[in-house]
Amino acid sequence: MTAATVEIVANLTLLTLLVGLAAAAVMVRDILVSVILLSVFSLAMAAQYLVLGAPDVAMTEAAVGAGFSTILLVGAVMLVGREEKVGGRSFLAPLVLVTATAGLLIYATLGMPAIGDPFAPANRHVAAYYIQWSHQETGIPNMVASVLASYRGYDTLGETVVIFTAVFSVILLLTRISVLRKLLDKKEEA
Amino acid sequence: MSDRIVLRVVALLLLPCILLFGFYILLHGEVSPGGGFQAGVILASAFLLYGLVYGVRTTMQVLPFGFVKAIACAGIFAYMGVGAASMLQGGKFLDYSILSTEAVMGQKLGILLVELGICMTVFASVILLYYAFAGRGGK
Repeated sequence: MTAATVEIVANLTLLTLLVGLAAAAVMVRDILVSVILLSVFSLAMAAQYLVLGAPDVAMTEAAVGAGFSTILLVGAVMLVGREEKVGGRSFLAPLVLVTATAGLLIYATLGMPAIGDPFAPANRHVAAYYIQWSHQETGIPNMVASVLASYRGYDTLGETVVIFTAVFSVILLLTRISVLRKLLDKKEEA
Repeated sequence: MSDRIVLRVVALLLLPCILLFGFYILLHGEVSPGGGFQAGVILASAFLLYGLVYGVRTTMQVLPFGFVKAIACAGIFAYMGVGAASMLQGGKFLDYSILSTEAVMGQKLGILLVELGICMTVFASVILLYYAFAGRGGK
């Protein structure tokens, strides 16, 4: 078995797994089971990123999707309840809309360049410069880290500040001061 | 409680391994895949595991709310501090080459400090979100 056939088999297996998990997560009635299926979906997505050659993204997807996101969703399910509300609305209109959107997206992917094509528009200009000069200019072998932290450091600063701002907004909206005071008082008594 | 004892012991055994792995991803992120974002989430997930097994109140005693907020702010401060230090040395904002006598050493130093800042902010963000959601009752 050559490397190309192994890659094709891995891609097909993972894509089938992804579609199956997504369909199961939608069709299952118990929301908790749905959340666990979405966690497995994130794990399969991380494996797919790895097969496509992006280990940093795979690591982030596994840690955030299969770990943290699942905990938040399980916490929400514990507050809301495990029963899914059965809606008796029409079923034809959403089906038509989803099929039309999926058809448009698949048609759009036919115009994309092949993966790893060196003459694709995204891979010209600065990409060749980074690949050639990154190790000499920054001294670190990991090109993703050097582009993220050095060549595009300003964008990463903006990204970090966005995460910071989003989390503090969530805290301001969600944390009730009375609950926090009670927890802090209990800690001082104990 | 006998059905919980396995969970508690295994969680305690896993905690230092997860923390060590998180620090490895942070410091080795320049050579192998990894870096600040991944390390921050992995380090936070160690404390999330502790919180799931032992409860949010105990976790709030280990990592107080104010302390985690301070870590988030310290991460942003570190990142912008590196930029300001570059300007104070005479270069542009976030120009790491000025930070040391050789340009490459300066780049490595700058990237390490910046990744540390990102890790601290992401770690604190995940922990704060968990506190905000889990402290609401129910879970």
